[in-house]
Amino acid sequence: MFKQKYYIAFGIVALAAALFLSLPTSASSRLKLALGSLFLPLFGLAGATHQLPSDLVNSVLPRSELLREIDRLQRENQQLQAEKVQVNAIIMENDRLRALVGWEKQQPWKFRLAQVVTRDPANWWRTVEIDLGSRDGMTTNMAVLTMDGLVGRISSVGYTRSQVILVGDPKCRVSALVKDPAQDTGILSASGPLDSSLADLTYLPGTADLKPGQQVVTSGIGGVFPKGIPLGQVVDARQVDFGLYSEARVKLNANLGSLEEVFVLTP
Amino acid sequence: MKALNSILVLAAAFIVVFAEAVIAVPRHLLGAQIDLLPALVVYAALNTDIVVLSLLAVLGGLWFDSLSANPLGLTILPLFAVGFPIFLQRDLILRELPFAQVVLGGVASAVVPLLAVLLLLSSGQKPLLGWGSLWQWIVMTSGGAVATPIFFTLFEWCDDALGYKPRTETSFRPDREILRGRRKM
Repeated sequence: MFKQKYYIAFGIVALAAALFLSLPTSASSRLKLALGSLFLPLFGLAGATHQLPSDLVNSVLPRSELLREIDRLQRENQQLQAEKVQVNAIIMENDRLRALVGWEKQQPWKFRLAQVVTRDPANWWRTVEIDLGSRDGMTTNMAVLTMDGLVGRISSVGYTRSQVILVGDPKCRVSALVKDPAQDTGILSASGPLDSSLADLTYLPGTADLKPGQQVVTSGIGGVFPKGIPLGQVVDARQVDFGLYSEARVKLNANLGSLEEVFVLTP
Repeated sequence: MKALNSILVLAAAFIVVFAEAVIAVPRHLLGAQIDLLPALVVYAALNTDIVVLSLLAVLGGLWFDSLSANPLGLTILPLFAVGFPIFLQRDLILRELPFAQVVLGGVASAVVPLLAVLLLLSSGQKPLLGWGSLWQWIVMTSGGAVATPIFFTLFEWCDDALGYKPRTETSFRPDREILRGRRKM
């Protein structure tokens, strides 16, 4: 009698798992985001806890230290204002030259600052969640980066949060270009599960002359990532498939292990 | 008390999943995130009923998958597949012994990720696997093994703090008291 009850429970759980696994992708991702939103109160609590030490430090910081900081920031601001004037002049010159050659005007990148709220608890994926969602204009496949380089792309969007697949995850492949004289292009893909700072650059031509330290940037092919976003530097290279292709290990510029704030590239 | 214990187990699962998604210290130090849900399942299988165990597998699995890139519902089966045999054999297990708790927690923490990866591979997904995964698996197994007796101790404290104790009856009976010395007439 009791055993029968246990096996009914087993059947119900198996049925529930099968039901969830067979849901269509759109319904599944909506349900996922809805379930994830149950954690929202805890996100707030965690955020407040993170904020608490800096608030405490700020409250006991001496006035002289604050004045020094203001002075430093003012000088930095003046320097940036001067650089902005120079940059504006360069942009205008670039536009004028592009118009002379007949090239389309280059659209400037727009950024939205986002906070990383969670990391994937499973060890076999590299994803994070950010605190921007569809209400902030996020859509799938938007590029996510830090000041150092590319971080990944948005894979699913909820109302208040979005999931970002990081570079180095098997689901995030980036068309990359090595800044060598031949401008070789390849695909940046997953490396290993332990070191998140390395990724493999595959499908490079067998004749590619790769040297450690060469810069790798996005090639712009594929349309997901704009051209020229820094990815990393070549660490080492080897030939595969009897010299048909070359592969290189790339040390990523962005520190994916300790992401806190990222920029989302918006159109 | 039974209901309170059930609620505590489910609340612990919720907090554990959140902590795994927010706290990155084990990942920085050891290169892998420790999954505490299998350890919780071991506790639930040995100390609660089948309903709580099923709820823990379903809700814990869904919460875990909602914060992960796993397909929704993937973790339910591995958690239940580990908890159910322990539940069926729990009368034969010396659950009070920390050694038994460590062994069960370790085995559960080793089996759950294996089953999850097998399910992923069989559904055509390509998780991030390599030789480093072996190290991650060892870390997860060891972490789960260490966490299981801690869960047992924590829930025991909660039981002691929040639950009613049955009143122990004294063996003293005044009508059977042996009086020393001479009785005064």
